[in-house]
Amino acid sequence: MLRSTRQRFGSVAILFHWGIALGVVALYALGLYMDELEYQDPWFNSAMELHKGLGMLLFAAILARWLWRLVDVQPVPLETCSAFEQWSARVMKAVLYLLLVLVPLSGYLISSAEGQPIDVFGWFQVPALISGLPEQGDVAGEVHEFLSNLLIALAAVHALAAIKHHVFDHDDTLRRMTFRPLRFSSRE
Amino acid sequence: MKQRLFVSLLLGCTLSLSAGAAWAEVERYVIDTKNAHAFIQFKISHLGFSWLLGRFDRFEGQFSYDPQHPAASKVEVSIETASIDSNHAERDKHLRSADFLDVGKYPKARFVSRSYAEQADGKGVLEGDLTLHGVTRPVTIETRALGHGPDPWGGYRRGFEGTTRLVLKDFGIDYDLGPAAREVELFLSVEGIRQK
Amino acid sequence: MTTVAASASGPAPEVEQYEIDVGNMHAGIQFKISHLGFGWMLGRFNRFSGRFAYAPGHPELDRVEVTIDTGSIDTNHAERDKHLRSADFLAVEEYPQARFVGMRYTRTAEGQGVLEGELTLRGVTRPVRIDVRELGHGTDPWGAFRRGFEGTTKLVLKDFGIEYDLGPMAREVELFLTIEGVRQTEVWR
Repeated sequence: MLRSTRQRFGSVAILFHWGIALGVVALYALGLYMDELEYQDPWFNSAMELHKGLGMLLFAAILARWLWRLVDVQPVPLETCSAFEQWSARVMKAVLYLLLVLVPLSGYLISSAEGQPIDVFGWFQVPALISGLPEQGDVAGEVHEFLSNLLIALAAVHALAAIKHHVFDHDDTLRRMTFRPLRFSSRE
Repeated sequence: MKQRLFVSLLLGCTLSLSAGAAWAEVERYVIDTKNAHAFIQFKISHLGFSWLLGRFDRFEGQFSYDPQHPAASKVEVSIETASIDSNHAERDKHLRSADFLDVGKYPKARFVSRSYAEQADGKGVLEGDLTLHGVTRPVTIETRALGHGPDPWGGYRRGFEGTTRLVLKDFGIDYDLGPAAREVELFLSVEGIRQK
Repeated sequence: MTTVAASASGPAPEVEQYEIDVGNMHAGIQFKISHLGFGWMLGRFNRFSGRFAYAPGHPELDRVEVTIDTGSIDTNHAERDKHLRSADFLAVEEYPQARFVGMRYTRTAEGQGVLEGELTLRGVTRPVRIDVRELGHGTDPWGAFRRGFEGTTKLVLKDFGIEYDLGPMAREVELFLTIEGVRQTEVWR
């Protein structure tokens, strides 16, 4: 089932969710790693190219996720969840969505600071639409680092919450974001 | 700015009144960075295969020049280190970081001349102190007087070019760029507008 | 490459193909023109790309192609750059690209030579000669093979239809070029 239902996420949303999650974690690790590399390190150039290329592809995937969300059905919160849980899940989701756009955007602004396009694995180039702002590269760099740390921290909380629901509450919070059958599939 | 000009005018008048003709000969120039008729360029080898070319986009300075006594000339230049520009955003960000210029900690580099010797052909040697990355070291700049005269806009201009080499390590910049890149060559071009 | 090699006697010389490393900007196109004889105006082109072929021992097979985005002229002064992009100078709307094709490299000494080619600037194509110094070549720390050069040449602005009067000292512009190429495994013609 491509589309989501009121009860569970469809395969498109599931693939987006886990693909983007994997991408975020990989890019975060790669970012920390490349920041430590010395100029003469064999990975100095390719780590940066990989980070930029994957970052732009992930940015595209996130924007595509937003578009898909517009036409997809939104699963409703589980009835077993408390009002606080429903509210905090909604806030967390909104903040994560926002960060998923702001992190790649701030990264893009580092590279575009002097007008150079961003090369994506030699396949195509993303033009520098915004450049020459005062101290653009440095400010964007600080913002990128801060927001990346925030994104990873919040994603960890988000993941812990899902695990809590799965292991302790035995509900379908995690299951409905996978291809496994629901525990309480009543109206599917 | 206006106020400073006024003060310096006042100061100039008082000094020339008290010191007489000897002072009247010293010409004071402000380097025309406003219209970018001055440049600070650098060149450093990239692994011995090519040159990394860059410049500092923002700086300001002034010099005095006495045609009768060129040796009395003085120069002062202050450079915004964050304005380093090698035509590559990520590299410039790296050059501004603590690995290189550490511009957060050392936002300005500064050159103050100590002595100047000029030959009849206009070539000269300018010695002074450069403060970069918090380290002050003597540097020697080989200069050439380019020309002087009235400009089309009612001012009077005088210009020089200069070259020098710096060893990065001397200024506490230890980042390893390979054996070919221990020294950086500077090309300087300044054009001053004479102050009345 | 194969057609050239076929006409020569003996084994076909190896022609190395290089892409100029503008991604990491290990190349530069700088110019220098006198400002009224008092100072220099220094500038550069920020965007360009190109490639070259280098045949060790067979300079006649060497070839260079560089395309310059004329709108990327940068003299560290926004208003002046705007003027330089206008019809008074580069007319970048009409001529957004300049192009150099180097077709004949002659070694004059060890590590030095003259590259003759054609420059198309502002729609005018003229022969130019570039004095070349071979800087070095070898494997970089990231696993690729690189080769780099520097070059200098002078252009008379009028030759390319740039008639704007900057005074008698500013009829010629000096160029300083440096290119570093990354050797390609795929061969181009």
